[in-house]
Amino acid sequence: MNVIIATDCGSTTTKAILIEKKDGVYRQTFRGESPTTVEAPFEDVTRGVLNAFAEVEELSGRKILDGEKIITPAQGNIGVDIYVSTSSAGGGLQMMVAGAVKTMTAESAQRAALGAGAIVMDVIASNDQRLPHEKIDRIRHLRPDMILLSGGTDGGTVTHVVELAEYISAANPKPRLGMTFQLPVIYAGNKEAREKIKEILSKKAALNITDNIRPTLERENLFPARQEIQKLFLEHVMAQAPGYKKLMSWTGAPIMPTPGAVGLIMQTIARKNNINVVGVDIGGATTDVFSVYGEIFNRTVSANLGMSYSISNVLAEAGLENILRWMPFDIDESDLRNRIKNKMIRPTTIPQTLEELKIEQAISREALRVSFEQHKSLAVGLKGVQRERDISEAFKQEVPGETLVDMLKLDLLVGSGGVLSHAPRRSQAMLMMIDAFQPEGITRIAVDSIFMMPHLGVLSTVNEQAATEVFEKDCLIHLGTCVSLVKGNTGKLQEKCISYKIAMPDGNKIEESLLYGELRVRPLGIDQTAEIEVLPAKNFDVGAGKGKPIIKKIFGGVVGIVIDTRGKPITLAKDKASRVKQLQQWAKAIDAYPE
Amino acid sequence: MTHAYTPGLRIAERTKVTSQRVLPLLGDVIVKKGDVLKAEDVVARTHLPGKVHAINAVNRLGIQPKDLREYMLKKEGDSVRKDEPIAETKPWVKMLKAVLHSPITGTIESISAVTGQVLLREPPKPIQVHAHIDGTVIEVMEKEGVVMETTATFIQGIFGVGGETVGELAIAVNKPDDILTADRILPAHKDKIIVGGSFIQHDVIDKAKKTGVRGIIVGGFDDEDLKKLLGYDLGVAITGSEEIGITLIITEGFGKIQMAQRTFELLKSRTGAKTSINGATQIRAGVVRPEIIIPHNTTTNKTSGEELDKPIDRGMEIGDPVRIIRVPYFGKIGKIKSLPFTPQKVETEATVRILDVEFPDGSTATVPRTNIEMIEA
Repeated sequence: MNVIIATDCGSTTTKAILIEKKDGVYRQTFRGESPTTVEAPFEDVTRGVLNAFAEVEELSGRKILDGEKIITPAQGNIGVDIYVSTSSAGGGLQMMVAGAVKTMTAESAQRAALGAGAIVMDVIASNDQRLPHEKIDRIRHLRPDMILLSGGTDGGTVTHVVELAEYISAANPKPRLGMTFQLPVIYAGNKEAREKIKEILSKKAALNITDNIRPTLERENLFPARQEIQKLFLEHVMAQAPGYKKLMSWTGAPIMPTPGAVGLIMQTIARKNNINVVGVDIGGATTDVFSVYGEIFNRTVSANLGMSYSISNVLAEAGLENILRWMPFDIDESDLRNRIKNKMIRPTTIPQTLEELKIEQAISREALRVSFEQHKSLAVGLKGVQRERDISEAFKQEVPGETLVDMLKLDLLVGSGGVLSHAPRRSQAMLMMIDAFQPEGITRIAVDSIFMMPHLGVLSTVNEQAATEVFEKDCLIHLGTCVSLVKGNTGKLQEKCISYKIAMPDGNKIEESLLYGELRVRPLGIDQTAEIEVLPAKNFDVGAGKGKPIIKKIFGGVVGIVIDTRGKPITLAKDKASRVKQLQQWAKAIDAYPE
Repeated sequence: MTHAYTPGLRIAERTKVTSQRVLPLLGDVIVKKGDVLKAEDVVARTHLPGKVHAINAVNRLGIQPKDLREYMLKKEGDSVRKDEPIAETKPWVKMLKAVLHSPITGTIESISAVTGQVLLREPPKPIQVHAHIDGTVIEVMEKEGVVMETTATFIQGIFGVGGETVGELAIAVNKPDDILTADRILPAHKDKIIVGGSFIQHDVIDKAKKTGVRGIIVGGFDDEDLKKLLGYDLGVAITGSEEIGITLIITEGFGKIQMAQRTFELLKSRTGAKTSINGATQIRAGVVRPEIIIPHNTTTNKTSGEELDKPIDRGMEIGDPVRIIRVPYFGKIGKIKSLPFTPQKVETEATVRILDVEFPDGSTATVPRTNIEMIEA
């Protein structure tokens, strides 16, 4: 396989990339894009795909199409060997999930749906405090693409899951697309209840039964349900969307929901490099957060946190105060509110002035922060589990249900989406991510250059080598490494905080110290590494404990090494004038904006 | 006529407008193709399923779920009246008898021997869909609804709240940059749709509601006032179902912004005409903008053989009039002076496709292409 064409059919744009094997290595060579054509007047997704292909043909000189037919296999400068695609057009995959206990099976069901690439519209649980008629009304009004029903461990409770099935049956919900089709319902709960569920639901829904997502309290088994969701996504949801039947006949691998594919490439990279990864994709309408810690993959989507369509909801969820705290100049609140709403109603406009750019970047910090908070609260250990602790664990304060996202164990933070990938200066993206995610200890930070993670995710299902090579060489732009205090470390401004020694690749040695509340950047280029020794003052911790030094190999990037002693959480001055001055100083330290 | 470059707004003096009038569930269409209708006429009706009530019968009766059917006085599908007994126990001692009464009038939906629940359903609720515009039925979608067509003045707003309403059009200000103040709301505006200029505040909307105004069309509005009007901070622009007693459409954006001269003149020229408006806005893929439809020839509703405005379907050209839709030139109108092919750096340092705009006073500005919309002179 030498030539690959891949597309991601997004809500507004269809993006195509061409990957070619040159000198034994896969590289992304050309790209093209075109408006997505799912909506009227075209109502055929393949029109946009063909237009994006045409742009790639024009730029690359490679003939890909013979009329409306993809030429395969590749011969010289003609044709491609395979075409793969992802899709989030038409609102992506919208699901409702139900489970017996909100913090147990319902939460597992939510993780299964999110991991498969869905937006979870609501989580219904037997103990969610809503009255039965409220649940039934909600199910009827939501019109999801499919429902995932779970509940009970195998051999456990039958009553609660049957009760949920009765509610679904009473609601008789209709699918979002296609008035006359039956709504797909996946049952992935207690296997003892299967017959009862069939009795109740088989006449009212397109019922599919798969393995229990929580066979025992101690074990979560999400894979079969995720597979079933993606299968039904293709068979029911995609098949209803205009032009997708034709598109499916073109692709050499099943079309995947866009976020499902991004999750897949994240897992592949984490596994191959044996690292823990957190990724974020901040779009106009939604923000997806992915985490891979060891074997555990989690994905969440904050369906209404984004930088254009949903920008106003960032204000509603984070609050005006939280947005204003990142504003590096004084602004009238009423003016800020109107500017945010004007971006919402004209979502395709872009900042022209520096002031407008700073406003959007301030808002993005809060969109990222809130999305990450939501992710951390769902990416948790299994709740309701009886655990035996050994003597070493007994001294740790770990509680089942605590977040799995341990910032100190994070190796790589990857950002994607317009506000990060297209920030005029890379240092702006780095600062936004440090402020929003507040990494601890030593963390490598990168951005996705042109949003090709979906393409590479679906490609990894057919050619992992091509996907990972392109990911490393063309997709990621390493910004550098951040050295930070760990959570709970705050101090007094101008207090002695850390000293550090960096052995640079050219043999030079940097020896410096930094007071509390500062930010400093030292250049270390892409593909360069250095060794850093950080010695915190006795009240401060950079990962090894208070006052204890750490020595670590660090990686460079287009920004370099960022040493951050601003505290965790970052200490912002309470009065407006001092805070504005702080923000301006930090922005200057990282060279975020022109003078 | 305006064709927004990206957001897709239209302003047409005379154009063919079609409108799908569809039931939320399958039902009966009661008009036929070719019928000439008034906005108030019903085109289709159906019944929404009644609300479901669940009763934990076994707890109330003190029995096991598997025995529930034995104690039921009604079976699935039976009608029940409010307070009618639907299940009872049969103890030896009559005093210990437990009786379960129906909390509603409706039918028995299901009796579960697993959960011990009885689900009851209220009677179906009738709903109907109106024509909303004076016009002709051009298509009947069996059991779903109809497509209406009319020739009308058609204006899309940029944002709105409140649903469909119909009323006579009245102009409440003199110029498009006038602020619509409380003293301009008159008793004569009752049941009308009024047109303001550049701005309206919350207290003026309150007065309009008290006066009985059905809808307001205005250039701009503050987000702080929107929060007051709705009672919450609007997060996502999906509107139309708010029950706020009035429909509000803004044509330009948030803040104080003069209504586009052409929009104002067009509305003014239709003073007194029957106008159908809908504030429903959905800014997502498949964008929905608020609509102002003012049918022509309401007596005959002819839709053919007339000269109609059509949306601009070409790209930008030098000399085209445009409106800038983002700071720092937000709301300004000018003509395209040049369309450089090569992307250029703007103040943010982003390299983007731009164009140069010349304003009526001769001054010029460079603007990202995504920050303008095309308008007709």
